[in-house]
Amino acid sequence: MSTSYRQLAIDGIWNNNVVFAQMLALCPLLAVTGTATNGLGLGMATTIVLVASALLVSVMRNIIEAEIRIPAFVLIIAILVTIVDLLMNAWLHDLYKVLGLFIPLIVTNCAILGRAESYASKARILPAMFDGLMMGLGFTLVLVTLGGVREIFGSGTLFANASLLLGSSFDFLEMTIIPGYKGFLLLILPPGGFIILSLLLAAKRLIDARKQSGAELADVPPGADVKQVSI
Amino acid sequence: MIEPRPVGGPHAHSGASIGRTMGLVMLALVPITLFGLYQFGWPAVFLLLVTLAASVAAEALSLKMAGKPIKLFVFDGSAILTGWLIVLSLPPWAPWWIGVLGAFIAIMLAKHAFGGLGQNVFNPAMIARTVLLISFPVEMTRFLAPKPFFSGDTPGFYEGLSISFSGHPAFDSISSASLLGTVKTQLGQGVALSDILSSDFNLWDMAFGIVPGSLGETSVVLVLLGGLFLLITRVITWHVPVAMIATMVVLAGLSNLIDPGVYPGPQVHLVSGTFLFAAFFFATDYVTAPSTGLGKLLFGAGIAALTFIIRIWGAYPEGVGFSILLMNAAVPLMDTYIKPRIYGRTRSGEPIRHEDM
Repeated sequence: MSTSYRQLAIDGIWNNNVVFAQMLALCPLLAVTGTATNGLGLGMATTIVLVASALLVSVMRNIIEAEIRIPAFVLIIAILVTIVDLLMNAWLHDLYKVLGLFIPLIVTNCAILGRAESYASKARILPAMFDGLMMGLGFTLVLVTLGGVREIFGSGTLFANASLLLGSSFDFLEMTIIPGYKGFLLLILPPGGFIILSLLLAAKRLIDARKQSGAELADVPPGADVKQVSI
Repeated sequence: MIEPRPVGGPHAHSGASIGRTMGLVMLALVPITLFGLYQFGWPAVFLLLVTLAASVAAEALSLKMAGKPIKLFVFDGSAILTGWLIVLSLPPWAPWWIGVLGAFIAIMLAKHAFGGLGQNVFNPAMIARTVLLISFPVEMTRFLAPKPFFSGDTPGFYEGLSISFSGHPAFDSISSASLLGTVKTQLGQGVALSDILSSDFNLWDMAFGIVPGSLGETSVVLVLLGGLFLLITRVITWHVPVAMIATMVVLAGLSNLIDPGVYPGPQVHLVSGTFLFAAFFFATDYVTAPSTGLGKLLFGAGIAALTFIIRIWGAYPEGVGFSILLMNAAVPLMDTYIKPRIYGRTRSGEPIRHEDM
């Protein structure tokens, strides 16, 4: 297993992003990203579970028999999600009420089981935790971006109710981008989530394609006859 | 001896083209549009112009982004027709940005994101109308009683400009609900249907379109005229409109017989809302309707049944838009199971054999 932390970071946040590349965890993604704050909350909760499950799975990877690894992973993840669920209920109760069912549902989030199966169960503890952290940050990035775009165009604000999540010292995050905006309800509703997600995916592929074609051009030795063919 | 040398199938070109078809549909829309513009004055004219311009701009932008030839497609009529249909389904005094947003949603999201003309699963104009209705319920249901030109109370040119572009009509006492909205609200308040209809339903006014409603959907007579023109010029076939109307008549007639106090009769359902307009102009779209006669019959019947269900039991007073989109989604399935007979073959796909061969 590759233990290059730099590569793990690039893969987790961009190349092998949970949403952009693996297309996992779309259900909570589309359901909670009506605002950037909700996205950030779910992203942070998921990241905590990802890192902790990577730690436990990696520690126990030599004890768990291969035949029963899936139930074992699910059990580990379920325990962690229950802990996060109870903690958020106790200390972030307002946000907990907003995110509601999607905190307990982190347990069914394919991305977490996917990382446990494909990386943490084969890697040493530190790389496994780092991978979980980067995957979680990549997921959070998408959640916040999607939530932010939907919030700005859907209701004209950004990071509304951020103080519920981060405490009153983060009041400054709560912005009204478009004053007097009456709202574009569709973007707050589930179809808006699909539409904006598809636009973000298209943007990611466009960036990758640009980068790749730039790299290919750079590979061509200077003076070579380059013809651009449009199809 | 002359040897026949086949150079192509035994087909003759009928002269049909995208441009010609779109042109004929637009021709069929002209009387409806002129009447709508006459009835609702300058704000409607501005809304039409702004939306058509936005549709062409959206089409050109999409073609450029997709790397397709712009000149070839931008004026083939499909973008203009889409924009035109959107305007006709909007409240006539809607602010300019409603029309522009509708045009961009229809052309970019509903048409070109799927691959352009002929590839779209859903009717672009209907998507635009539905998105706008869900997103801006206030602007999209602000219907008003007709204020015809030359009648004295029409807003003038500059007043019209301010209604369309600054969004603040100088007066606000003219808005009134459409019939379907009134029926839904008042039934909810426990008013008997016969009382509602006797005060708000006048078949004659509905037929000629001297009622509140969307820009191009109020006049039943002119919609029928346009539909007939499309049937005669063979732009559309009879299947979808006939299936829609027949299904609606049966369902509304039966429910009306069961309890006339709650269910309005077929005449109310047929002439109100966008039902007839959609039957001839939206549901007959080549791209998003099934390709066989039987499929079209099923498609039309499904739209009418869903419309009836939404109008009677749903939260929205009008359900034609949702019904068409739902049935659009079922079209690929219908086209998979209901296939036309291949020319020269039987239904099971075997070549037809003749005795003398």
